[in-house]
Amino acid sequence: MVPVLELRGITKRFPGVLANDHINLTVEKGEIHALLGENGAGKTTLMNILYGLYHPDEGEIYVNGNKMAVRSPIDAIKAGVGMVHQHFMLVPVFTVTENVMLGEEFVKFGGILDRTRAAEKVMQISDTYNLDIDPNTYIKDMPVGLQQRVEIIKLLFREANILIMDEPTAVLTPQEVQELFKIMRTLIDQGKSIIFITHKLVEVMECADRITVIRGGKVVGSTTPKEATLNELATMMVGRDVKLNVEKTKKKPGDVVLEVDNLKVLDPRGAIAVDGISFNVREGEVLGVAGVQGNGQTELVRSLSGLLPSIDGEVRLLGHDITHSSPRQIIEHGSAHIPEDRQRDGLVLSFPVSDNLVLNTYYLQPFSRSIWLSQQEILKNGEGLVKNFDIRTPSVFTPASSLSGGNQQKVIVAREFSRPIKLLIASQPTRGLDVGSIEYIHKRMLQKRDEGCAVLLVSTELDEVMQLSDRIAVLYRGKLMDIVDAKSATKEMLGLLMAGIIPGEDVKSAQVPQKNKILIT
Amino acid sequence: MSTASETIVIPMSKGIRNRERRRRITMGVFFLLAAAFTWLVFAVNLTPNAMTRFVMTPGGSSTVAPDWIFPTGVYLNIIAGICAMLGTFQIVRGFGKRTYSVLALVAILFIFGFLSWATSGGQTNLGGLLRVMVVRAVPLTLGALSGILCERAGVVNIAIEGMMLTGAFVSTVFASLSHSLVIGLLAGVVAGGFMGVIHGVLSIKYKINQIISGTVINIFSIGITSYLSSKYIQRSEFQYLNEPGMFPQIEVPVLSKIPFIGPILFHHNIYVFAMVFFVLFITFLLYKTRWGLRLRSVGEHPKAADTLGINVFRTRYMAVILGGMMAGFGGTYFSLGSSGRFDEVMTAGRGFIGLAAMIFGNWNPIGSMGAGFLFGFFDSLSVKASLLQVPLPSEFLGMVPYLATIVVLAGVVGRGQMPAADGVPYEKE
Repeated sequence: MVPVLELRGITKRFPGVLANDHINLTVEKGEIHALLGENGAGKTTLMNILYGLYHPDEGEIYVNGNKMAVRSPIDAIKAGVGMVHQHFMLVPVFTVTENVMLGEEFVKFGGILDRTRAAEKVMQISDTYNLDIDPNTYIKDMPVGLQQRVEIIKLLFREANILIMDEPTAVLTPQEVQELFKIMRTLIDQGKSIIFITHKLVEVMECADRITVIRGGKVVGSTTPKEATLNELATMMVGRDVKLNVEKTKKKPGDVVLEVDNLKVLDPRGAIAVDGISFNVREGEVLGVAGVQGNGQTELVRSLSGLLPSIDGEVRLLGHDITHSSPRQIIEHGSAHIPEDRQRDGLVLSFPVSDNLVLNTYYLQPFSRSIWLSQQEILKNGEGLVKNFDIRTPSVFTPASSLSGGNQQKVIVAREFSRPIKLLIASQPTRGLDVGSIEYIHKRMLQKRDEGCAVLLVSTELDEVMQLSDRIAVLYRGKLMDIVDAKSATKEMLGLLMAGIIPGEDVKSAQVPQKNKILIT
Repeated sequence: MSTASETIVIPMSKGIRNRERRRRITMGVFFLLAAAFTWLVFAVNLTPNAMTRFVMTPGGSSTVAPDWIFPTGVYLNIIAGICAMLGTFQIVRGFGKRTYSVLALVAILFIFGFLSWATSGGQTNLGGLLRVMVVRAVPLTLGALSGILCERAGVVNIAIEGMMLTGAFVSTVFASLSHSLVIGLLAGVVAGGFMGVIHGVLSIKYKINQIISGTVINIFSIGITSYLSSKYIQRSEFQYLNEPGMFPQIEVPVLSKIPFIGPILFHHNIYVFAMVFFVLFITFLLYKTRWGLRLRSVGEHPKAADTLGINVFRTRYMAVILGGMMAGFGGTYFSLGSSGRFDEVMTAGRGFIGLAAMIFGNWNPIGSMGAGFLFGFFDSLSVKASLLQVPLPSEFLGMVPYLATIVVLAGVVGRGQMPAADGVPYEKE
């Protein structure tokens, strides 16, 4: 049988990088083909080429055996290729119907929108694939899980046969992920083919029919979930042996370092984002904060590090009241912060590495004498840290913007860890990094914990939270659902908490499918 | 498996509710203040029998309406009472979606109260005041429409002023040379469109900061038209270049004979009618057609539009050029619709006020026309203010709409819905 899609020798160069190096890929009809690779391996570039957003330097694309020149998304859509982007391509102030029909509008009298007819088709698709979408809701009023289904409807509306899904599980709770897999199966049953892009091994094993692994822009192998093991896949993806499980020593927590009592924080738009949270973190323990993105994590961390004022409650660090302290005062009490957006909040991108390494100590001896900065000391410090923390940079004079994501993060870690700290607040410390850097940062964080530092780890990667934490707190809509012991926590239980359901009493009601229940309270 | 996505609740709705509550109460207090002010400042010091006389017939109109005479104190008390009631209801229950309409009502009542107080013991030509309001609203609304066309597609247009001025100048010269107002008007529209092309090339193709690109066009337009004006068309030997004539007043049959309303709304030159037409037409285009959906998508989320095969650049060029043409058309109002000649910098900042009207009107044509009327009213009032017995310099009245704009922009009334990608150049790769 002719494969529905075949890529031959696709090559794409960006200035200084070979993003795709002669990639071959074959997708059969009715399969879920996982494209597995680390961040930066070239998966998304490849798919953007297939979707006509980028133009390949070399290579050919065949759809159903016919050679295609994909110059723009229109060509891809015509060929039946559709893409669910990692960052949803939906207009928040448009309704589902408007978003779905955009570009392929149903019109009457030569240009007037026929919303009724389009809504009917949306409804029909939603019913066929069991997607449970109301065509007249505005996107901004929908949870992400449903927004993703709208993206899928967009493709089905255009009668796409090959669906590319770029890291579709990143924004979902574990339960939503299961829902998505179910939808993907339904799609396959109806004769569609899916390319599932991810870096999450477990998900690949769970739902893929075939797996192609990409590393450094090259295809390094192809397999199926039956033939491969998790460890083999990890080795293929990274190119060397990886420890999938972080080794953690047992440690008895010491004194309380950070105490948070009934903290309330507003987001910049004035809505309450952190709603009366209380917890504490002790010496030598990692408290993980799990939750779906946008449930108050950002505001919690910004508030604890002094970047966002709180409206109520109290925060104490080693007994000092820091509720209304400035970021510098908080730092001087021994707190370190790895911000979630390293490029915006963690670094001054246009500054050299050496200056970035003293951003919170430049005003102290020996870097500063009266009104002068001592460049000599700053450079010495920079060179030392670059060596100690294995920061890959041509020199300490290189601007932080030219470093890779992993090395940028190492600059931040080096800066924060080189001070005597008692508390580490790490927010999404490994987002977008390659496995090597992730391992490194995890190791360094646990090392700090073992030295007696209290660690508050905020992450939307549930695996990361479960691996590193001693206790896990779950945030849902600004409230702390529960704090559980990491040893006894299961993914299902945390997933329910992340969706705002207390396991046990409510589990049953949550499992009963309720049609169209989007509560707006 | 459980169906988590169906039980997921939209995050932070509680916060939104808090915010709405605060806004509701702020608005209610606002209404109560209007009531208190009307009562304590206007109504209290009146002589008991003070009467207000509003002349209801604009000067020069053939349709005569009887004057409106009423006891000032009674009316002011009624106004204060209504405002207080609305304010109390707003604080206790809230008007929900109708809040803004109620706000408009309170504002109108308050202004009416002010006028009644200021006129007390004398007379004001209310008909004339409103007629001038409609006329003054024209360039502001047309300017706002120009802004809406551009910004709904994601290109900030602060060059409205310059585009208008160019339109005014070019239309003057062409109409004078051709002795045809229509040719002059078309030339003005084309000139505005040409300025739109410049703005488009600078900000879409070369991705120059759109504020700077717009400022450049403004400065350029003021410079070139002022130079050509003082060098040529203002001089007596070139007088023939500055005699374009003016569009005549049109009396709409029947409608213009309605007392009071007729002369205010239906006895104007083509610009007033064109304004209403364009407001309705552009509203229709933006919200009901494929063209409008695509244009708005490009202003909200250009990447999404691009992935669906919509040409972002072409759409933006089209929008900016149409916006320029609209501004050019608005510019011809000054020369062919209002004064019958060209003078240096005759737009006098109206393009910028049009921009404010666009923001005040929430990037919506009908809202912007409302804002245009509001600004036009105060414009009209500040001219009349010298005739009123108010111990207030007319310049202060002229300031009121801009103070109101600042209040609106500061978010007291609620934040506007600016197109999400407004002012952000689109990068393809």
